Amino acid sequence: MLYYSRLRMLGVVGICLISALLCLPNFIKSPSQSLPWHQVHLGLDLRGGSYLLLQLDTKTLQHDRLQSLEGEIRQGLLSAHLGYGAIQRDDATTSVLVTPRAESEKDNDRKVLEDLTPSTPGELAISEKDGHFVVSLTKESIRNRAREAVSRSIEIVRRRIDSTGAIDPSIAREGEDRIVLELPGISDPQRIKSLLGTTARMTFHLVAPDPTHAGPGATMLPLPEGRGEIAVEDRIDVDGANLADAAATMSDNQWVVELKFDNKGADDFARITTQNVGKPFAIVLDGRVLTSPVINGPITAGRGIITGNFTARSASDLALLLRAGALPAPLTVVEQRSIGPSLGVASIHAGVISLTVGFVLVVLFMLLFYGRFGLYADIALFANLIMILAILSLFEATLTLPGMAGILLTLGMAVDANILINERIREEVRQGRKPLQALQAGFQRATGTIIDSNATAFLAHVMLFVFGTGAVRNFALTITIGIATTLFTTLVLSRMLIVRWYAHKRPQELPV
Amino acid sequence: MFSRPLLRFVRDDRQIHFMRGRHAGLIISALLSIASVILFFTPGLNLGLDFRGGVIVETHSPTAEDPAHMRAILKAGHINAASVQSFGSPQDMRIAINLPRGGEDEHVTQQLVDHVRTVIVQAVPGVQIQRADAVGGSVSSELFRDGVLALLFSLGMILIYIWFRFEREFALSAVITLVLDLTKTIGFLVVTRFEFDLVMVAALLTILGYSTNDKVVVYDRVRENLRKYRTMPLKELLDLSINETLNRTLGTSMTVFLAALPLALFGGSTLTGFATVMLFGIVVGTSSSIFIAAPLLLLMGQKRLRKEG
Repeated sequence: MLYYSRLRMLGVVGICLISALLCLPNFIKSPSQSLPWHQVHLGLDLRGGSYLLLQLDTKTLQHDRLQSLEGEIRQGLLSAHLGYGAIQRDDATTSVLVTPRAESEKDNDRKVLEDLTPSTPGELAISEKDGHFVVSLTKESIRNRAREAVSRSIEIVRRRIDSTGAIDPSIAREGEDRIVLELPGISDPQRIKSLLGTTARMTFHLVAPDPTHAGPGATMLPLPEGRGEIAVEDRIDVDGANLADAAATMSDNQWVVELKFDNKGADDFARITTQNVGKPFAIVLDGRVLTSPVINGPITAGRGIITGNFTARSASDLALLLRAGALPAPLTVVEQRSIGPSLGVASIHAGVISLTVGFVLVVLFMLLFYGRFGLYADIALFANLIMILAILSLFEATLTLPGMAGILLTLGMAVDANILINERIREEVRQGRKPLQALQAGFQRATGTIIDSNATAFLAHVMLFVFGTGAVRNFALTITIGIATTLFTTLVLSRMLIVRWYAHKRPQELPV
Repeated sequence: MFSRPLLRFVRDDRQIHFMRGRHAGLIISALLSIASVILFFTPGLNLGLDFRGGVIVETHSPTAEDPAHMRAILKAGHINAASVQSFGSPQDMRIAINLPRGGEDEHVTQQLVDHVRTVIVQAVPGVQIQRADAVGGSVSSELFRDGVLALLFSLGMILIYIWFRFEREFALSAVITLVLDLTKTIGFLVVTRFEFDLVMVAALLTILGYSTNDKVVVYDRVRENLRKYRTMPLKELLDLSINETLNRTLGTSMTVFLAALPLALFGGSTLTGFATVMLFGIVVGTSSSIFIAAPLLLLMGQKRLRKEG
């Protein structure tokens, strides 16, 4: 066991040196663009910034789909010259209940229902219950729809956030219907929250013939600034999805939003304004009427403006939302964590001071209680710290304050392996073994115990990583990485140091 | 210093008869754990924002601030039921608002945090908002569920691991000891009124991992000695094993303690509670290896591990 091949020693020293190199990017600036320069990311708690957890309203999503399904069924039955007893939507079971008009029409009804065109294959399931047909959305299609909606929302959220000029935002899916948004440097997320709180679905409708009363095919919608309600026809004449551009500009000394339609939008807009000169129409945003001007004449250029008591900020925000596109369903903020920049700096100090003091205390303890072998343990401990930092840098992992605590606790636990080995060697010496045999037996017997004790800590923290979120997850991450590096630095590095020292000096007595 | 270590906890030839104190140890531990369980139900844990839901805003004012003044400011902004405390220094305030009971509306919580911020920024010139957190009802109950699951699964995994590595008596006494450790730590949390949040769950898990580690080392030695001294009575054998591993038990506890200590002293509001609970857990975990885990093994293993007593 005294012989370590040159290759093996080079390997161990090499790993330590590479680790040290990997840590460098955290402390100095990159000398050249072409070098890979990976460094640890500071968490929001150290950097200052906001974390927002957004929940997609899947209920609205299903409700919208059921509503259109109900329309399709009605349309299908009518165009097949069939009537119906009743068509009822049931949001709780995500299904539409169809009551046939007469028993004799049942077979034909079924045919119509089976011929419905689902938006995805396998979306609909048709069953019969108590003489009714139940057309329901399958569980899988509901899940797929939500998943797809989250992906689309992420895209739109990204566009909205990017145009606010936020630096380095991170947007990611979480679970089935949530989105995590991390905004470094933005410690007051109020504006972002209000930008994300609007679906921004804009539609153009004609105002109903009798604006004070919602007749069939019309709905009462609120006017701006509490000016009451107005009846707006349900039919969408121009859809906001057909916008090519939107911008905030000044017109007649007030802020307005200027719209530019794409080809289809321009055609729709031209047709409706030509056919309805002199009538009022309504521009509706998220179920609220923005403005309801009277059509003065045909507008064929595919451009229009929205007026309505805008400030510079609200006009540019609306333009931004319209440019980015509408969300498929409303997003709700369900969790917010914001840290101010000065608290972040204070936390970095707290972490660095704790790490330094803790490290020094452990190093001193090992020197005083274990002498020369304690010194070797300390060298291994330093290598351990470097390696943890190197792995975090390599994967550009995030480091939070609890993560720093995790590193420090790992270092406190890491010397346990050295203590176990030392105590074992000491026992073997006391039982009268020669130095070499004592070393050998000490290493051999302690190894099993070391692996046992690290395995249990490893298991506990893997569970924490699986179930934890945010900062706690980071704590589990640094400890789990730390356990792996500990096995290397104690079982390989500090053992090599001890053995090389022994082979070099051949002492009669071991310093234990 | 390099030819021989300077310090040592106990002399190698010292034999302490720990097993004599086994009844006292078990009784004290049982009483403390029972008290902790009672404390857990009344008054109960001081749930933190993660698990309770609601709003927390921390402010830093340029001059010393009076909590009563801050409360009046909030009241003028129609924010009631806010608890205001200064923490750290008189310039630092912590405003906590619990989630309204049965308030399922996530919008309310989110609007509240922005409203609190606006009111304070307008009323206190030069104030800095250090932290503004808002956790809705659905998220807080999910976080709580995940925290409990993490604890249960960890305990389960540790049990399975020990079950495979040791005989049944060892596994059972280890897990009983761990549960006793855990209840005492929870009792400590109740008494100190530290907020119980996800970071505390992390502390509990780390204590569990550390405490298990300690038991594994002692039990490893017990098992080794069972093979080595085939006729030694179990009681003596346990004493011998504890004494043989005593320097390592104290040494490792010491290094982990030394690592956690600066976190408790300089860690700031996030880590002080966490680290203090860790320190408590280290002391409990170390002493329970000696005074609980070994006596339990004696009780359970008397018949199976050794015929004579």
